[in-house]
Amino acid sequence: MSAERATRPGRTAAAKAGGHHQDLLTAMLRIRRFEERCVELYSGARIRGFVHLCIGEEAVAVGVHRALTPQDAIVSTYRDHGHALARGVPEADVMAEMYGRATGCSGGRGGSMHLFDAERRFYGGNAIVAGGLPLAAGLALADRLCDRSRVTCCFFGDGAFAEGEFHETANLAALWDLPLLLVCENNLYAMGTALPRHQAQTDLAARAASYGMVAWAVDGMDVEAVERAARRAVEGIRAGTGPHFLEARTYRFRAHSMYDPDRYRDKAEIEEWKKRDPIARLTDLMNENGELTKKRLARIEREVAEEIDAAVREAEQAPEEPVADLLRHVTSPPVDAA
Amino acid sequence: MTMAEFTMPSLGADMDEGVLQEWLVRPGDRVRKGEPIAVVETAKSAIEVECFETGTVDRLLVDPGTTVPVGAPLAMISAAEKAAPKRAPGTAGKAGKGTAGEAGRHRPEEAAQKPPEPAPGRQVPGGAVPAPEDGTPGSAGPLVRHLAERSGVDVDTLHGTGPGGRVTRADVERAAAPPPSRQRITPFARRLAGELGVDPASVKGTGKDGGVRAADVRLAAGRPAREAVPRGPVAPAAGAAGPTTMRRAIADLMTRANREIPHYYLSTTVDLAASMAWLREYNRLAPVSERLLPAAMLLKAAARAAREVPELNGFWNEGHFTPGDGVHLGVAVSLRGGGLVAPAIHDADTVPLPELMAGLKDLVHRARSGRLRGSEVADPTLTVTDLGDQGVESVLGVIYPPQVSLVGFGRVVERPCAVDGLLGVRPVVTATLSADHRATDGAVGARFLRVLDRRLQQPEEL
Amino acid sequence: MSGEAERAMRTTTYREALREAMSEAMRADDRVFLMGEDVGRYGGCFGVSLGMLEEFGPERIRDTPLSESAFVGAGIGAALGGMRPIVEIMTVNFSLLALDQILNNAATLLHMSGGQLPVPLVIRMTTGAGRQLAAQHSHSLEGWYAHIPGIRVLAPATVEDARYLLAPALADPDPVLVFEHGSLYNASGELAPLTEPVDLDRARVRRPGTDVSLITYGGCLPKVLAAADELAADGLDPEVVDLRSLRPLDEATIDASVARTHRVVVVDEGWRTGSLAAEVCAGIAERCFYDLDAPVERVCSAEVPIPYARQLEEAALPQVRDVAAAARRTVG
Repeated sequence: MSAERATRPGRTAAAKAGGHHQDLLTAMLRIRRFEERCVELYSGARIRGFVHLCIGEEAVAVGVHRALTPQDAIVSTYRDHGHALARGVPEADVMAEMYGRATGCSGGRGGSMHLFDAERRFYGGNAIVAGGLPLAAGLALADRLCDRSRVTCCFFGDGAFAEGEFHETANLAALWDLPLLLVCENNLYAMGTALPRHQAQTDLAARAASYGMVAWAVDGMDVEAVERAARRAVEGIRAGTGPHFLEARTYRFRAHSMYDPDRYRDKAEIEEWKKRDPIARLTDLMNENGELTKKRLARIEREVAEEIDAAVREAEQAPEEPVADLLRHVTSPPVDAA
Repeated sequence: MTMAEFTMPSLGADMDEGVLQEWLVRPGDRVRKGEPIAVVETAKSAIEVECFETGTVDRLLVDPGTTVPVGAPLAMISAAEKAAPKRAPGTAGKAGKGTAGEAGRHRPEEAAQKPPEPAPGRQVPGGAVPAPEDGTPGSAGPLVRHLAERSGVDVDTLHGTGPGGRVTRADVERAAAPPPSRQRITPFARRLAGELGVDPASVKGTGKDGGVRAADVRLAAGRPAREAVPRGPVAPAAGAAGPTTMRRAIADLMTRANREIPHYYLSTTVDLAASMAWLREYNRLAPVSERLLPAAMLLKAAARAAREVPELNGFWNEGHFTPGDGVHLGVAVSLRGGGLVAPAIHDADTVPLPELMAGLKDLVHRARSGRLRGSEVADPTLTVTDLGDQGVESVLGVIYPPQVSLVGFGRVVERPCAVDGLLGVRPVVTATLSADHRATDGAVGARFLRVLDRRLQQPEEL
Repeated sequence: MSGEAERAMRTTTYREALREAMSEAMRADDRVFLMGEDVGRYGGCFGVSLGMLEEFGPERIRDTPLSESAFVGAGIGAALGGMRPIVEIMTVNFSLLALDQILNNAATLLHMSGGQLPVPLVIRMTTGAGRQLAAQHSHSLEGWYAHIPGIRVLAPATVEDARYLLAPALADPDPVLVFEHGSLYNASGELAPLTEPVDLDRARVRRPGTDVSLITYGGCLPKVLAAADELAADGLDPEVVDLRSLRPLDEATIDASVARTHRVVVVDEGWRTGSLAAEVCAGIAERCFYDLDAPVERVCSAEVPIPYARQLEEAALPQVRDVAAAARRTVG
């Protein structure tokens, strides 16, 4: 949709950029407001389980998704709301899943950490750190074996660098020239352990490059920078230059999960990073460019709020999966012999 | 101005309550949505919790240090702006000018209605609860203690069943009795014994430690030790085989009885007026669950008669009669799925009537649900069949070998009857005796029926 | 039928039967490919895929690095991407390096996604002891895998099953783990053409009998059949049940056998504690209690990491004499 709007003839370049900025802003605001509502609903015990928020990291999800097409595949982590929403999984489906309802995008069996949408090739939030990487390599392998020009994008955090599965997959992907985009959301903490306390060499892009793949680091708080880097990587992958690695340097403003007292970070450090808030940064830019009025921002906020209100309403009213269906989806239903 | 509640947030999947550790705001403070306003301590750690409204802190409802369930209000926030809060509760306006000092103001009222729970180790005020010494396990009176000492029972280890947990004489006697020895028998052998009508207790086990196995049961039933199973991919389901196996067993047993036993039959009509009158009076005073049925009296009378006429109570084996080692009354119970079993009430001649009644109910219930004990199926010394509830007037039964007699009762009916020259309507029952002519003659049988009649005329002595 | 079938009957080995099955599947379906350590140039650690590289090329007979987690996970991803991968893991001990992928992804994705993502994947691996390979190449952990809902666990024990179980396993929309006992690869046997569709859910009665049910699977089957012969020479008539499928268990066949014989010996090369044998016995106790005429017997491996020395390894494993002795205890 944004692409259409951006290429509509007769528009000036500035207007195009303005439209694009507005799309990026809307997408980031949607994620942030959605997650803020999640906090509220969680506090009110409407949703439960583990909930990991990506507030502060929205630019990575939004920027990377701008570079992908509906044919490409996504593999995410347990911090997956942003990825799912950026991918276009409807807010109502995500919210219903958080409520554990039958209409949730995983039928109420996954919850916050396991959002799935096969139709949108969204292969789920994987809650084992680095556990999604081999799977993403396999999706890319299938495309390679079938000569399909598709890209598989796998998100993971800096914590994954400590797991064998990351290193096994990086090697395998480079060895087999797989069409795989590895996006490391480096938010500097593996849960509560700071990067220098879990990695001897903290230059993650350099380490990925050692496997023989193209690797860049990018400012993960700048949505346009992320988008540019992701486009460049995806073009390279489609051109057959094998897997690419993108380290997005970012920061989560909130605790690791709803149950995290956040004792391991300095409040001053958080405040420092908040000054680089990707949403504020983009609105500042748009204000400077005269692309955003107070009225327009209010309208975007209102529209996003209405979307989320509607999603919550739907989730509240959605049916629960009947307990009688507990054992559904453990194995596939039997196929008729005919 | 609208009020919103600030409630104890859920901060984790396993959190049901939290301790309000510290307020970061005071009444009158301005708060903005997203600002931390309190510190809550959960099972895991202390967490700053944020407010979801922008406005002014109106009042704090909970003191620091209070444990509060998730969702309970902690503070009231008066919303600053137009946006009506989503969950403004109707009660907020009526709440009055509470302060932090009135924390949890609903609670004292609730608590006032409930008696305070006793603190551990504290003396409970007397009256409402039984005195503690009564409830102390193992407490017992001097008589019981003496009895226990004599029987070598440690009274302090007993579970008392008397009032207030008091140890009774029966508790001591139970503890002093040697534990019933348990027969070793495989589940399949037990099942098979039931189906073949074999008493497992009478079967000699040849398995490990004398355990009874299917082959032993078949041997006892006079069948080949090995089951002839048709070779094939699928064996018949075990459940389907049950009734037919039982039918076959009954057929075999009854054929044998009719072939081997020269039966003679006697019958008499017994006046039950005295028994029924006594029974009515007894039942009038007894709780519903402990009422007696006429059947129990008939069984008891038959058992007493068997004790007095021991020639009919025992077995005919290999050409001679062996008297029973007590009166173990077999009670014929028809099963719902067809077929019948005749489990024993042991020592029926000495068991008090209420106990016999309870035993009968229990036996019928367990027979019909297939949970009889081996010893019950084992060794009746004679059998009673009471078909009164089926509406028949008299029963001329076939003896269960190797027993030598079978007593039958029909329905208790009211009949015109001459007594002492006067005609009246009396309840009567027809009692019959089938007896083995090899073991006894008609005179013995007649004596039995006479005794039976006499016993039923003296119900209070049953 | 018999005349024609007998003509088509031929002798082959377990290893060749597996290879034939894979080659047949790859010829029939472009989506099928084989990947694993040394499956290509080396021809498979146990020679199962020898010669397949020449026929199908390196894309479809794909050598992998020694990265069990990555290539098993890649198999799962490829299955999601529309392929029908066969992943070979050299031995069950190595599969532990891929346990995350097998349990947390392969077995779980269908359910966790609310039915959106079936994983049509076959994972083959060698299991079991008996070749003096010591404690890190000899264990029988298939019972662990049978604990996991969401996967199917097969243990082909005969040449026939080696040849014919793969096609239905590949047709299954869900993950199938195939455990090949290392002692079976050289076993040879008669192979008849397939006359009826293979039902993966069913156990097989390999020897009908009436006195005692010897229930086993995989590498223990030949030992149990030998024990049955020994018992038959003593006048006993044992029945031998080959489970074939360890998950789901074919309860109907087990129960029917117990109803015939009333005595049970379960033979399992896994350790006794928490074993598949324990599961089979518990099921029999639950369902067949009133059919049991003797305590259930188990013959399992000793509770020890499998040792190297020949006599120690032999002593650790279920042997023919152990099975026969257990069977005699049930009837004795």
